[in-house]
Order: sequence, then C-alpha cells, then structure tokens
Amino acid sequence: MTTELLRLHDVRYRYPGATEDALRGVSLSVAPRQFHAVLGPNGSGKTTLVRIALGGLTPLTGRADVIDRPASDWPRQDLARLVGVVPQREDNLFPQRVRETVLLGRYPHLSLWGRERAEDHDAVDHALAACDVAHLADRWLWTLSGGEYQRVRVARALAQEPKLLVLDEPGMSLDLKHEMGLFELVLGLVQAQGLGVLMITHDLNLAARFADSLLLLEGGRTVASGAPTEVLTQQTVETVFSWPVAMQTIDGRPQMIPLRQPKESGA
Amino acid sequence: MRWTLLAALSVLALVLSVVLGPAAVPLGELLHSDIVWNLRAPRALLAFLVGGSLGVAGASLQALVRNPLADPFLLGLSGGAGLGAVVAIALHLSGPWSLPIAAFIGALAALGLVYRLGLIGGASLDPRILLLGGVAIGAFAAAITTAIVSLADAAELRNAFLWLWGGLSGASWDSVLLVALYAPIPLAVLLAASRPLDLLALGEESASYLGADVERVKRRVYLAASLLTAAAVAVSGVIGFVGLVVPHIARLTWGHRHRSLLPAAFLGGGALLAFADTLARTVVAPRELPVGVVTALIGVPVFAMLLRRWTIA
Repeated sequence: MTTELLRLHDVRYRYPGATEDALRGVSLSVAPRQFHAVLGPNGSGKTTLVRIALGGLTPLTGRADVIDRPASDWPRQDLARLVGVVPQREDNLFPQRVRETVLLGRYPHLSLWGRERAEDHDAVDHALAACDVAHLADRWLWTLSGGEYQRVRVARALAQEPKLLVLDEPGMSLDLKHEMGLFELVLGLVQAQGLGVLMITHDLNLAARFADSLLLLEGGRTVASGAPTEVLTQQTVETVFSWPVAMQTIDGRPQMIPLRQPKESGA
Repeated sequence: MRWTLLAALSVLALVLSVVLGPAAVPLGELLHSDIVWNLRAPRALLAFLVGGSLGVAGASLQALVRNPLADPFLLGLSGGAGLGAVVAIALHLSGPWSLPIAAFIGALAALGLVYRLGLIGGASLDPRILLLGGVAIGAFAAAITTAIVSLADAAELRNAFLWLWGGLSGASWDSVLLVALYAPIPLAVLLAASRPLDLLALGEESASYLGADVERVKRRVYLAASLLTAAAVAVSGVIGFVGLVVPHIARLTWGHRHRSLLPAAFLGGGALLAFADTLARTVVAPRELPVGVVTALIGVPVFAMLLRRWTIA
C-alpha cells in the first residue's frame, strides 16, 4: 500500500523533561476515502499523536510519514497543500469576515508576491458551499453560532484543497444538531471528495457511527485498533474508561451506554 | 478611493512642510530658495521616510506580539538608542554622525538583548517575553541614561533631553539618502512576510497548519521591524505614537490584511510625521518643539479613543 496519506509506524515520544513516554509504540495509517478516529481518555496521547502526524514533533523512535516523506521534513507550505487541519481552538486577534477567513486556506497555494487568482476564489466558493456556509460569507466571525463557526473552519481547511483532513475535537461544545451535522458533513466529504480523515474525539458513539476505523489509546499505548465492532467491546471500554457500560448496536455500529455505578463500589 | 485620498494626504503633507516654515519664502521663489532646497526639502523627505518606517514597524510588531496596542518603541529600542545618544553627548563626541551612530549602536545592543531574552525558553522565540523583555531593557537603559544626565552640566542636559524627545533638525540630503538606501531592505522583508503575518493572527499553531514557517517568520519580522526602528531613532530620536496610532487607523480603513495594511501604514505614517514636523517647526517659531512632543500630543488622545473602542468591542 503506497497510496496511504498518513502512516505512523511504532511511534514513541517523550516530552523533554518528562519522566514517562507520551506515546509508546503507536501505529496508524489513513488512506484516501478513509475516516479514521482516534479515541481515548484525557492524557492518553491523542494530541501528541496529532502533533507527530503533522510534523510539529519528531518521534524519538519509529516513523511518521505523510505520503512518502517524514512529516517533520515537509516544508510547512508544501504540507499545507496536502493536509488541512481544524485545530481544537484558536483565537482570532482581529475581527474577520467568513470569506476572508476561508481565503486564508488559499495561502499555501499563493506565490510570494502574487495576488489571489480566479481559481483561488473558486476554491473558496466551493469550500463555502460544501460546508453549507455560503450564505454566511459576508458575516463577521463573532456573529456566528458555535456550529456555524466550526463549519467555517472546516471550510477553511477544505479551501487548502487537501488530501487529508485532520480535526481535533471538532464536536466540543456543540449541541446535538450541530454535532451530528458536523459529522455528517465530514463523512460526506470523505465519500464525495475522497478525502482521508483523521479525527480526534471524545465521543465514542459518534466515532463508532461515522468512522471506518478506530484507534483506542490509553496511557500512550494502543489498546485496540480496527473496525468499530472490533474496538468498542464492552470489556475494552469498561477497562479503558474505568466505568461500567452496556453496549447496543445501531445501524450495525456499536453504541455505548454508561451505567449508574453501584454505591458500595465508591467513586 | 481610500488610496487616492491617502496619496493626496501624503503629497499635501510634503508640500505643506516645504512651503511653511519660520522664514517667509515667497511662493514664486520656492524652487530657487536655498532654505527650501537645503533645509526644508530634505527635512520633509526624512520626516516622511521615518514616519513611514515607524508605521510599518508598528503594524508588523503588533501582529508579531499579538497585541494591537503595541508600539515599536515598546521593545526597548528607544531606551537603548537614548542611552547611546546620551553617552555620545556626555563624552563630547563631535562630528555630525557621532550622535546617530551612537544611538544606532545603543538600539542594536537593546535589540540583541531583547532578542536573546525572547529565546530564553528554548529554541522558539516567545513574543510575550519579547514584549516584557523590551519593557525591562528599556527601563534599565533609561535608568542609566538618567544617571548620566543627572551628572551632566546644564547645556549638555538640554541637548540630551531634547534629543530624547525626537527631532528632525539634523536632516540633510546625506541622511535622506542613507535612510532611503537602508529602509527598503527591512521594508521589503516585512512586505514579503505579509501573508504569514495574516496567519499569525490566528495563533502560531493554526498559522503553521496553514503553511507559515512560524519560527522563521517571527525572527524575520522582529529583526526587520527592529532594524527599521533603530535607523529611524538614530536619525530622528524617539518619536512615539506614530508606530502605534497610524497602523491602528490604517486597520480601521484597510482591514487586517498586511499586503494592503503595510503600504497604507507607510504612507499614513509618512504623512503624519511630515505634518507633525511642520507643526513642530512653526507653532513656536523661531524656536522649535521636539517633534515627539507633537506626535505625543496628537497621539495620546487618539490612542485613548482607540483604547476605549478596543475594550468596548
């Protein structure tokens, strides 16, 4: 398989000054048309994994390749043409309108002194339409709802015309409708445009509903990886999250329901 | 429209500063007057170049330190330049260039120290520490400056004090030529960084995901903006508020895209300083106010208004 967009092999990483490894031998690959979700409790290494995948950190051992080259070797501008990222949070120093924000996604395609070309404005229009925010194009960012704002940020990443889309906790602080809407949007992009997606999320159920493959991390180690039915078993979930759960199946995907904990076992 | 207006304003500021002055030069003799050719014209051009440089340096540094209320002199350069100049005055160094060179060396020393402090946390330049380090280095240099000034005799004291408030009376065709040759290099570096500067407004992580080489951009912008400010302070002393107020007004009119913001800040800064210098030369003629006094008198009220606007928004 040489067509993989992202390939992490047996990655180990330890932050400078830390006494323990943040990642211990994690492997992962994302191909075109693949929706891959990374799950795990807080501090399990999800964010470290993303930083390594995007070349922000270099693994101590193992490899992290984007296409055919170590992620940290890519010039940032070249990488930004292949990988679009929706970071967990960012704050905009200056007030900005939706169209201007999405246009920032074209920057990796522009030459040093050149102006934006017609194709850049076309790409912005397509991205706005794909994320269903074209009608918001002239609004100020600060007037948007949380769900609209997340869709605009996905549109900005799409304007990069990437092959791989990386999203870090995109559903945080969204209500049901907007969270489902966002996942439907991302899945639609995978199916319609053939994007590969790597998504970090807390939400086991949504990940199981939408993703083709899951990676479950705990303490920097891989607990399970593969199709949702293989990864999200009652025993695995209870062990990793230290809480009793019941499992059900909807649309052929496992869904987890947390149970009340009996009082005598303590908190 | 707004560009036409700004260009017209720039031309007007230059024309006024050539036409007006303590000595009455009849309009008909304007082109043949020695006063105009040897004094007013180079002084008007120097004011324009210095003001423009401060405008661009301010706009870039505001994006770098992620604070829209930053001034190029916040980063300690004024303190270093002031110390250099006062040392030159105290040592009675003579020659027309001794003061600018000493001020430039002082500014470079401050620049180097602040830069080193900015790297204190490791390999990554931390803009917040740049800002704090700049204030600290500036205060330290100001303390030494004050110590030297307090030991100086009265005439020297007056010279040093006036220098610290900025002035363009030393302008000559030589200094215009020097700045005109020097400034385009850092100006071009900053203009070339205008897209990464747009991205930096989103934060360093997002900027790098959108293709900016963040470390390189931060270093380049800090060094280019500081070198621009150091040259400005060397030829004209400390002229505050141009680098703060002008980028701000330019942002209100041109938005936050640095490709248009930086040129607008250059023209706006040039026009403002040429205009302020004309005031400084004429309002108390035949004496002269330090131009930094004029820019502060105009700038502080404008700044207060902007501050109010910014905190309400």
